[in-house]
Amino acid sequence: MSLQSFSDRLLSEISEILARYPQPRAALLPILHACQRESGYISRDTETAVAELVGIPAIDVRETVSFYSLLLDKPAGKYHLQFCTNLSCTLLGAEESVAAACRKLGVHPGETTRDNRFTLTTVECLGACDLSPSLQVNDDYYANMSAEKVNELLDKLK
Amino acid sequence: MMEKILSRHFFNAEARKLSFYLNDGGYEAARNALTQMTPQQVADQVIRSNLRGLGGAGFPAGRKWSFIPKDSPNPRYLVVNCDESEPGTFKDRHILEWTPHSLLEGIIIAAYAIGASQCFIYTRGEYLHYARMLQAALDEACQAGFFGKNIWGTGFDLDVLIHLGAGAYICGEESALLESLEGKKGWPRLRPPFPAVSGLFGCPTIINNTETLSYIPAIIRYGGSWFAGLGTPQNGGLRLYSVSGHVKNPGVYELPLGTPLREIIYTHAGGIRQGRKLKAVIPGGSSTPVLRADEIDVRMDFDSLAAIGSLLGSAGIIVMDESTCLVKALAVLAKFYHHESCGQCTPCREGTGWMARILNRILDGQGVRDDLENLLRVAGNIRGTTICALGDAAAMPVFSFITKFRDEFESHVLQGRCLASK
Repeated sequence: MSLQSFSDRLLSEISEILARYPQPRAALLPILHACQRESGYISRDTETAVAELVGIPAIDVRETVSFYSLLLDKPAGKYHLQFCTNLSCTLLGAEESVAAACRKLGVHPGETTRDNRFTLTTVECLGACDLSPSLQVNDDYYANMSAEKVNELLDKLK
Repeated sequence: MMEKILSRHFFNAEARKLSFYLNDGGYEAARNALTQMTPQQVADQVIRSNLRGLGGAGFPAGRKWSFIPKDSPNPRYLVVNCDESEPGTFKDRHILEWTPHSLLEGIIIAAYAIGASQCFIYTRGEYLHYARMLQAALDEACQAGFFGKNIWGTGFDLDVLIHLGAGAYICGEESALLESLEGKKGWPRLRPPFPAVSGLFGCPTIINNTETLSYIPAIIRYGGSWFAGLGTPQNGGLRLYSVSGHVKNPGVYELPLGTPLREIIYTHAGGIRQGRKLKAVIPGGSSTPVLRADEIDVRMDFDSLAAIGSLLGSAGIIVMDESTCLVKALAVLAKFYHHESCGQCTPCREGTGWMARILNRILDGQGVRDDLENLLRVAGNIRGTTICALGDAAAMPVFSFITKFRDEFESHVLQGRCLASK
């Protein structure tokens, strides 16, 4: 997404964000979140365009984007399954849940299904250990995702 | 009825509305602070309350505020650490979901006490759904005139911005959080200068945890001495214990500082699932040294845990029963710290990778005789040699797991045999 291809809505959202911060670079993460909501990921062109809007070198945007796990440099599938595999979830069977999802979708962690419906990743603690094993699908948390419940959910989302 | 403050209305969706909170006496403490008290009187109550930093460091909250220089010409900032990412911890998420106005009211009082007119709430990006609940509460409070210009006619202004992180454990470390808030990668800063002197944009900045701030309205309402009296000496009040793992009822339990760990596990969280035996407990988030089953009579306050060589940290209690392979558990944690090391300091960047690889090799049955000594040596080379506490956080589990459960590790290395009962 080059600057010319930013929608008017996105550009006005970005200028609203910039107005709220004492320094333009502080607005970088919120701007990148807005771009990712629009196009699903942050392309190199988007990085260059954002650098221009914020007034910093493109390499500084690259450095920030590449540091954070939620900023994607390639699009995820329609449903981005993020399985927590940290300790509390592993204690309650997260590995079996991941394996069930991999089997059902025919992918390994980090991969997207060929029809682009599902991306499956394993992530670190989601702050939802009371819901272990926990799963985030796009913006929403799912609780107690045993292998059986994962299979049921995938059937529903298919 | 045992005293509760923040969790009184957990799981009641009405409670996150402003009208409910006002009926409960909400925002009266903030109004009293701004209209009847000087900033110093507010800080004095917080000092008297023995409120400690509940993000994990346990630093006395009132004293932290006093480090703001009195004569700086720069603006002052209040930054709320709502990046909750310490494995085993999920209390701040509950505050955002069930009692966001407690946090917002605490922000007004704290900002007034330190003279800040801008506050940033740094929330982890994964909590988008919960950040929206907080935003809805903030919008209601702004409408009611509790934020903005000339609050309650006192001339005090306060603007609050909710800022979403983007997935990085290190950004819960307060100086990395500031870097991230400035739009950079989250690399911790060398200190001094401390943030109170030179923090966000080089200006005096106080960073407080979400839970710490959320207790402040009650402290102002009922007095610092009242709050102090709920806890143990130097460990004031209540806190939210997150309990997860092999317990019957995982969840957040609000109890006094100093509640015995045994009581939290067996009385409040329902004990161990399926009648199994307890093997090990991490008391305060994944970074804190693990305890054996015979150590759970410890009181859960900062000083009591330190006295037995562990830490209260974020009070994220992870319970492991006899079916747990502790080599596996440690490998999971080692992978986490390796993944989350920011890469700035060599001992942590390289050492966390070595620890994860050695532990995985042991799990694969390929362990060699020197592995345990090498793990301890690598951990020893990380401890105390890094800019921030992530290095220590990665080293402490390695030391404590191997020292306290050496037989399990030796069995894996020497016999390729797991001692966990299945």
